[in-house]
Amino acid sequence: MSKGVLVDLTKCVGCGSCTVACKLYNGNAWDETTPTLGDKAKLTGKNWTVVHHKEVKDSNGQPVWRFVKQQCLHCKEPACVSACFAKAFQKTEAGPVIYYPHLCVGCRYCMVACPFNVPKYEWEKAFPLVTKCMMCSDKVEKGEAPACVSVCPADVFKFGEREELLKEAKAIIAKDAKYVKHIYGEEEVGGTDWIYISDVPFDQLGFKTNVTKRSLPSYTASFMHATPFVGITWGVILTGLYHYTKRRNQVSKENNKNIKA
Amino acid sequence: MASHAQAQKWSFRITPIRVLLLLLSAVAIGAIIFRLVTGLGTVTNLSDEWPWGLWIGFDVLCGVALAGGGYGTALIVHVLHKDYFHPIARSAMLTSLLGYLLVMAGLFLDIGQWFNFWRPFVSWGHHSVLFEVFWCVSCYTTVQVLEFGEIATERVGKQFHSIFKKALPVLMIVGIIFPTLHQSSLGALYLLMVDKLYPLWWSPIIFLFFLMSSFFVGPAMICVETTLAGKAYDHWIPIPILRKLVRISGYAMILYLIIKIVDLTNRGVLGLAFSGTFEANWFLIEMIFGIIIPIVIAFTGFSNSRSGLFTFGLLVSCGVVLNRMNVVVTGMIRSTGVSYVPSLWEFVVSAGLVAMGVLAYCFIVENFKILEHDNHSHAA
Repeated sequence: MSKGVLVDLTKCVGCGSCTVACKLYNGNAWDETTPTLGDKAKLTGKNWTVVHHKEVKDSNGQPVWRFVKQQCLHCKEPACVSACFAKAFQKTEAGPVIYYPHLCVGCRYCMVACPFNVPKYEWEKAFPLVTKCMMCSDKVEKGEAPACVSVCPADVFKFGEREELLKEAKAIIAKDAKYVKHIYGEEEVGGTDWIYISDVPFDQLGFKTNVTKRSLPSYTASFMHATPFVGITWGVILTGLYHYTKRRNQVSKENNKNIKA
Repeated sequence: MASHAQAQKWSFRITPIRVLLLLLSAVAIGAIIFRLVTGLGTVTNLSDEWPWGLWIGFDVLCGVALAGGGYGTALIVHVLHKDYFHPIARSAMLTSLLGYLLVMAGLFLDIGQWFNFWRPFVSWGHHSVLFEVFWCVSCYTTVQVLEFGEIATERVGKQFHSIFKKALPVLMIVGIIFPTLHQSSLGALYLLMVDKLYPLWWSPIIFLFFLMSSFFVGPAMICVETTLAGKAYDHWIPIPILRKLVRISGYAMILYLIIKIVDLTNRGVLGLAFSGTFEANWFLIEMIFGIIIPIVIAFTGFSNSRSGLFTFGLLVSCGVVLNRMNVVVTGMIRSTGVSYVPSLWEFVVSAGLVAMGVLAYCFIVENFKILEHDNHSHAA
C-alpha cells in the first residue's frame, strides 16, 4: 500500500513553515534569487517545495487569499520513472518517487516528461544533477510523515494510506458544500499520492487541470513491448528479402546469358 | 579509378572555404571544452523551463533523421539488390556514418554528467524509450564503423578486407534493424508529452511519422549531397537514377501525408491547422514546403533536371529539420509559457559540428573509393 498526503487548501494560512522544514531536513541552501513563499515563489534546484500566494474570488464573488503548497505529487505511475533510461528515478513500495544521483546521466528527459514540471536542474553547477522532493522517503519508510507535513501549525495535511485518505477526502467534500467537487490527484495522470481538496476551482489556483487521466507510462509501454518483436520480425523479413532478391538477380542474369548464347 | 590506384599518398586540398570550416571547427572545439569544464548554465540558454534546446533538437533529432539516407540506401541496394542505385550507395552511407558520429558528439555535450554516459549500459532503465534510442544509436554507429571497414581496408590494413567483405551482408541487415527501431523511438520519446506538445505534432503514432520522414528524407539528402559533391569533384550521378530514388521518396511522402490527415481527423484536431495561430502557421509551412510541393516536384517534369532534384532535396531536408524543431521548440512553447532562443555558443557548437562533418567527408572522399567504385556491385 502506498502512503500519501491529503492537502486541504482551505486551511492553509501561508506561513511557509513547511518550506523551511523542507530546507532544513534536506540540507538545501536558501535560494537568494527565488523565494519559497508568495506570488513569485518557484520550484528550483534548491526549493523543493514552495507556497504560492493566490488572490482569487470565492463562490460569493468576494476577493480572497489562498495559499497553494507545491511539491512533487508522487504519481502512482510516474512519467519520470518510466522516462529515465538509467533507473535514476525509482518509485518505492511506500510511495515516494526517489532519485539516485550516482545513476543520473543528466539527459533531462525526466524534466521534459514530467506533466507538472517538478524536476529541476542545477544549471549553475559544472556537473549538475536533477533535484526534486523525495517525500522524505526515509521518514516515510519508518511510517513518519514528511518534514513539511509534520511542522504544519494549521492542520492542512493528513498523512496516511493513500486509499484511506481518498475516502476521507470524498467524505469531507460530500459533507461540506463549500468544497469544489473535485479531488485533485484522484485521477490526474492515473492518480497521485499527494491529493488536494479546495473551495476555489483548481484551475484558478494554478493547477494544471487539462492533464490526461491515463497514466503516462501506459503511452509508451505498448511501444516498448512491441519493440523486440518488431526487431526480430523485421530481421527475418530482411534476411528473406536479401536471399530472394539475390537469387532472383542471379536467375535473371543466367537467363540473359542463355538468350545471348 | 586509375587515379585512386596510383595516388597512395594522403591528400587534403586546402581551399578558402575549408579554411573557414577549420576555423569554425576550432572555435566550436574551444566552446565544447569550455562547456565540458564549466557546465551547461554558462554556455547555453537552457533553463528549467527549456531542459532541451538546440543541441537535442538540431544536433540529435535532425542529425539522426538526416543521416537516415544510410539505412534506406542499404535497404534498397544491399538487401533488395537494386543494383541500379549502386553508384550512390557508398556516399550515402558515408554521410550517414558521419552524421551519427556527430549525433553522438552532440548527445555527449548535452548530458550534464558526461563522465557517466556509459551508465545505461549497466543500469537498465528498459521501460524508457530513451533506453532503446541509446542502445540502438550506439550499436548502429558501431555497425556503421564496421561497414566503413570494408571501404577503409581497401587502402589501410588490406589483409582484413576479405573478412569485412564476408561480414557485410550481416552488417547491412543489422544496420537496417537498428535504425528502423531508433528512428521511430526518437518520435516515441514524445508519447509521454501528451499534455505538453501541441496536438498538431503530438500523436499516438508520432513514432510512425518520425520513421517515415527519416526514410523519405534519405533520397532528398542524397540529392543535396550529390549536387554539392558533383560541383566539388565534377562527378555527376546520372539524373534518371536520382529521379527514380526521388520517386520512391515521393510515394512515401504521399503515404505520410495521408496518414497525417487521417490521424489529425481521427483526433478531431485537423481544424487547428487552419486556426491561424503561431503553431498552425509553422505546421502549414512544414506541410506545404516540406511535403506537398516536393511531392509535386517528384512527379512532374521538374525532377528531370539537376535544379529540380536539388530543389526537392533542399525542401524535403529543410522540411524534416523544421518538423523536428517544431516538435522540440514550437510545439512546446504554449505549455511552457516562456520562449527559448538558443545562445550564440549553442549555434557556434552546432555549426562547428556540421563543419567538422563536411571536412571529414571531403577528406574521406578524396582518399577512399567513395564516389567511384564500379567493381563493388558484384560482391554485395
